[in-house]
Amino acid sequence: MNDMSPAIELVGISKAFGPVQANKDISIRVMPGTIHGIIGENGAGKSTLMSILYGFYKADAGEIYIAGQKIQIPDSQAAIAAGIGMVFQHFKLVQNFSVLENVVLGAEDGALLRPSLAKARKQLKTLAEEYELHVDPDAIIEDLGVGMQQRVEILKALYRHADILILDEPTGVLTPPEADQLFRILGRLKTEGKTIILITHKLREIMDITDTVSVMRRGEMDSTVRTSMTNPADLAERMVGRKVLLRVDKTLAKPKQVVIEVRDLNITDEKGVHRLKGVSFNVRAGEILGIAGVSGNGQSELLEVLGGYGKATGEILMNGVPLDLTGAHSDGQSRRARGIAHVPEDRQHDGLIMDFSASENTAFGYHHDPEYQRNTLLMDNAAILRDAQGKMERFDVRPLNPLLSAKNFSGGNQQKIVVAREIERDPDLLLVGQPTRGVDIGAIEFIHQQIVALRDAGKAILLVSVELDEILGLSDRIAVMFDGQIMGERLPENTNEKELGLLMAGVTDGEAA
Amino acid sequence: MDKMPKWADVALVPVVSLILAALISAIVFVAVGQNPWEALKLMTYGAVGTSDFLGYTLFYATNFIFTGLAVAVAFHASLFNIGGEGQVLLGGLGAAIVVLFVPWPHWTLALIAGATAAAAFGALWVAIPAYLQARRGSHIVITTIMFNFMASGVLIYMLSGPLKPGGNMQIATEIFPEASHLPSLNDIAELFGSDLFGRSPVNISSLIALIACVGVWILIWHTRLGYQIRALGRSESAARYAGISAVNITMIALLISGGLAGMMAVNNTMGINTPQLVDNAAGGAGFIGIAVALMGRNHPVGIVIAALLFGALYQGGAELSAATSIPVQIVVVIQALVIMFTGALNEMVRSPIEKLFIRFGRNRVAGE
Repeated sequence: MNDMSPAIELVGISKAFGPVQANKDISIRVMPGTIHGIIGENGAGKSTLMSILYGFYKADAGEIYIAGQKIQIPDSQAAIAAGIGMVFQHFKLVQNFSVLENVVLGAEDGALLRPSLAKARKQLKTLAEEYELHVDPDAIIEDLGVGMQQRVEILKALYRHADILILDEPTGVLTPPEADQLFRILGRLKTEGKTIILITHKLREIMDITDTVSVMRRGEMDSTVRTSMTNPADLAERMVGRKVLLRVDKTLAKPKQVVIEVRDLNITDEKGVHRLKGVSFNVRAGEILGIAGVSGNGQSELLEVLGGYGKATGEILMNGVPLDLTGAHSDGQSRRARGIAHVPEDRQHDGLIMDFSASENTAFGYHHDPEYQRNTLLMDNAAILRDAQGKMERFDVRPLNPLLSAKNFSGGNQQKIVVAREIERDPDLLLVGQPTRGVDIGAIEFIHQQIVALRDAGKAILLVSVELDEILGLSDRIAVMFDGQIMGERLPENTNEKELGLLMAGVTDGEAA
Repeated sequence: MDKMPKWADVALVPVVSLILAALISAIVFVAVGQNPWEALKLMTYGAVGTSDFLGYTLFYATNFIFTGLAVAVAFHASLFNIGGEGQVLLGGLGAAIVVLFVPWPHWTLALIAGATAAAAFGALWVAIPAYLQARRGSHIVITTIMFNFMASGVLIYMLSGPLKPGGNMQIATEIFPEASHLPSLNDIAELFGSDLFGRSPVNISSLIALIACVGVWILIWHTRLGYQIRALGRSESAARYAGISAVNITMIALLISGGLAGMMAVNNTMGINTPQLVDNAAGGAGFIGIAVALMGRNHPVGIVIAALLFGALYQGGAELSAATSIPVQIVVVIQALVIMFTGALNEMVRSPIEKLFIRFGRNRVAGE
């Protein structure tokens, strides 16, 4: 191996955005025919590094060698020419084009489409056989599942003769079986001599599939180790720079009366798609009900209706009194008045106004509260500021500056602002969607502790998460959603990832058990 | 980290825009065989050189403050009210009707009634586009601009029919009753023995404009309604999450916007030297208000400064074409250049400056 030149070698890469040093003197070698993991917290600089490699950013300093040759990558065209292919976390596919058209897009041979398509059709067949990447070339993208769409992205890269494949958080949208399938494909690509870089924050994936792993922390390369020489706890510690608790520390739940009772809830969206199909469950005071499932199976719609901004039929009883499900415009206000707090799935889109200051955001949704008003006409900006200062101190939001815009906080600190706002209202029911998505490990630990503390204070908590580890670690009961239905309920101590994965993939209750 | 300091965003960008507009204007002057430096001097003299000129500058600035505020309030809700022009015309109609048909004993009462009617008519005129936007999602830009044409038609009909005075060829109402004439600022200055504003029409409405500025400032940054307007403007989905009704807030923000635009008509009808409503009572101020709001960063203080600048440009330009052989069209070109650079091309100027700051900022950090 030592006499081979590395497939990729980066030497002394640095990149700054204004005063923020995103990458600092990063060097890395990836040998051909290996799978190399890059792991690090949000904002550690993984994406910046890969964007430099793919020509989206230009490094301030440093050199890039591909197969021993020093090259410049000014744009993505140059990256593709150098044999680098990228599979983004959010697919770059034209939804109403066929698979074939998407593969050819941007790599057409001439002004006429027909010869390119014919050539691509032949080549896709070869690729499919070589790497077991079977996709119907005439299928329309929007009709394909997420796992299939990801295959199309991989095919796109291979069609452009990529020898090096970079995958950015590829399993975020996949069910566990789909993820296993992806890993099989990656293994196959590896044996065919392709080099793969896998960016992820999931320690387990790193352990399962990579040969070597690099840990990034605060824009710097902390270390590169052989995967066989390390373990998850060690990697977590390297990522955060201190010992972290990977398991949630909690006692057994002591459930009391039913706080929210959902009966035969149905949701049909504007396009007439049936999003929720007769969902029933309840959550008791003092327990956490976790709803597992791949995103897009009705969980978001469920949270929206409970949070007061969606239309549904059926019945929801909050402390025994029905909630209005007509989707009237300011129901979010009446939900809050009824003791329902909501940490939404997408904090940047829903939970926060990114251009508002942290202080304005801590009053958001509760801006009618008397404590924030000076008189009937004016709001009490000073009181809002004081309140924000206190919440930020108690939730350790950094930097502790209530006047800073929300967009200038890291993901974890943004989430702490939302969680502080909702938890400190002392709600009877807390809705939590993806509480730790895009949140660094240190903050995950803190947010989990806060949720458990609220449970121990006798509150009901409905947790929706696509992270099975989180569901298994936090929940006292687990319900699995697939295609708008609850496939089954399990107790965390009596189930495992495999069984939940089957339920998440739509296997019926009896078969999965 | 913000990309560049606030002062650069608020002051440097508009100043650079103005310099660019001035440079291109200079080229235009040279092209038509005029000395740009002389032209600039003449324009400055025309804007502030005499008490008459200064007064006219302030008179126009008052118009632009109203329309600038109107655009800004809608902007805070991410709504582009481009129909200021029509709302001013309708505001004028409202003011004319209450002043002509009610014998007000004193100008103060006439002012209150006229301003209220003007605001109500302006708000009413935007109410239909606002409803269509809020309930039906019809784009406010399209509907308000269409309503400008309709407003113009409505006004001409009223002025050539129901409101037409007998034996007069002009498309205008009668001159308003003596008791409703607003005191000019020069009348007030004369009490102190000064002739600060000459025979210019600048009048008491300018103070109303300033009061409106304070009102808008309080509304946007110190009331719950303003908080909700800004929240909706910044993120519709977050507003939905927070239980803020997009329909209600859209309606309210646009009604306030239309009301502010309508109030401009007080200045341009009751406040002029021969108080009456004429067919082009808006005079393009509805559109200039867009540039004023953009340049003033939708903040009342910025709007006052930008309105003064545009007032000076308007008045100075008029004097320039009156005093020289420079065709009036060239003056319009100059005004258009300023609007283009400070308004439409704002980002073109802004982003290189921002890049410079980022580079400068990094060097500073690297040097630490």
